[in-house]
Amino acid sequence: MIGLIDYGVGNLFSLASSFAAVGADAEIVSDADGLRRADRLILPGVGAFRDAADKLRATGLDRIVLEQTAAGKPLLGICLGMQMLFEKSYEDGEHEGLGLLKGSVRPIRDVIPTDYKIPHIGWNALRLTQPDCPIFRNIRDGDHMYFVHSYHAADCADSLAAVTEYGGELTAAVWKDNVFGCQFHPEKSGAAGLSILRAFCEVAV
Amino acid sequence: MITKRIIPCLDVKNGRVVKGVNFAGLNDVASPVELAKFYSDAGADELVFYDITASAEGRRLFTDILTETARQVFIPLTVGGGINTTEDFDRVLKCGADKVSVNSGAIRNPELVREAARLYGDQCVVLSVDVKRVDGEFRVFAKGGREDTGMEAVSWIRRCVDMGAGEIVVNSMDTDGVKGGFDLEMLNAVCEAVSVPVIASGGAGCAEDFVTLFKALPKVDAGLAASIFHFGEVKIADLKRIMAENGIPARIV
Repeated sequence: MIGLIDYGVGNLFSLASSFAAVGADAEIVSDADGLRRADRLILPGVGAFRDAADKLRATGLDRIVLEQTAAGKPLLGICLGMQMLFEKSYEDGEHEGLGLLKGSVRPIRDVIPTDYKIPHIGWNALRLTQPDCPIFRNIRDGDHMYFVHSYHAADCADSLAAVTEYGGELTAAVWKDNVFGCQFHPEKSGAAGLSILRAFCEVAV
Repeated sequence: MITKRIIPCLDVKNGRVVKGVNFAGLNDVASPVELAKFYSDAGADELVFYDITASAEGRRLFTDILTETARQVFIPLTVGGGINTTEDFDRVLKCGADKVSVNSGAIRNPELVREAARLYGDQCVVLSVDVKRVDGEFRVFAKGGREDTGMEAVSWIRRCVDMGAGEIVVNSMDTDGVKGGFDLEMLNAVCEAVSVPVIASGGAGCAEDFVTLFKALPKVDAGLAASIFHFGEVKIADLKRIMAENGIPARIV
């Protein structure tokens, strides 16, 4: 069972629908027992980093996520959920993340020209820097994904798996052992996005 | 490189697509779900569902249709029509909409833009504006283009962006339905005034009109149209190919 972690941030309807579309058994989980029962975990997230990180801590699920990933369970963070995998974020101050991956979350403005619009919104192509990343099994370099974000992971050479070009290089996906992250929304990225979710369902546990 | 988005717009009344459509391979041409799937498979980058019903029953049917579409179509969905309160935002977001478009609701109560942006984020709030030239200025029209508000369009748009509108759909009433191309002059005025994505609407008659739009105005992010897609006058796959051949970044599926 794929556990979609519900910690009160955002709507899981599209994610649940997209896993159903790839034939996966996905369930919305919101307590320690649910996270432990799942074979794989999805950490979603929208909105502000601080709110989301506070809510995850308030539910106590941050500790369960760390416990379960330490035990080898595959985890995929999506959008803000991916950003929370890192040590910290500089969105409106400085806030602590889960620290599963080395690096920090910084404004994309740091790496793109001033005449580029923020947020980075729309369909952009992936350049796979780790083509052997298991969740890329069914996609190709250059496939387009749907992005909506103003911040991205920086100093993350340790886990960088794909970038996208927007006047500069933005972090699009990360991978380290059993921890995966997508800055884009696979559940809104058409057939290519569903391919990523399908591949995540097939990652060896 | 980020691609230019192509967005078909579906007017939905009592759970059915209003404008006549006729495609080979579509069993039910008036089914919003079927049509949404068809467009998504053809390479549409996003869909707009516009609820043009007024009755409570029609509204319930609309949210049912939206839910069913979000279950089967995995590209961004924007919903507009009858959005007057943050409860309306909540209602459609829960059914799987990704963005919500406000028009007359924002004109009646501009604070709606600020409040919705605070609750759901700027990226979720799309301002849709019907604009027409009156006495040499761009004028905002309300109620589906029936009522001249007297407001100047560029300053209205700038004000809404300041309050948190994350995208602007500019529908030129002067070019709408004429099929002679997008309103480049009006779109340019908006692009020069704001730094959020601008979606062009009104006037597309053929694929070349989109090429002209994106070449003349590189700041325009997307093109929206309805009947030319519904009647098959422009096929999305062909349009994307023609855009790519003309050096315009396009997502080809």
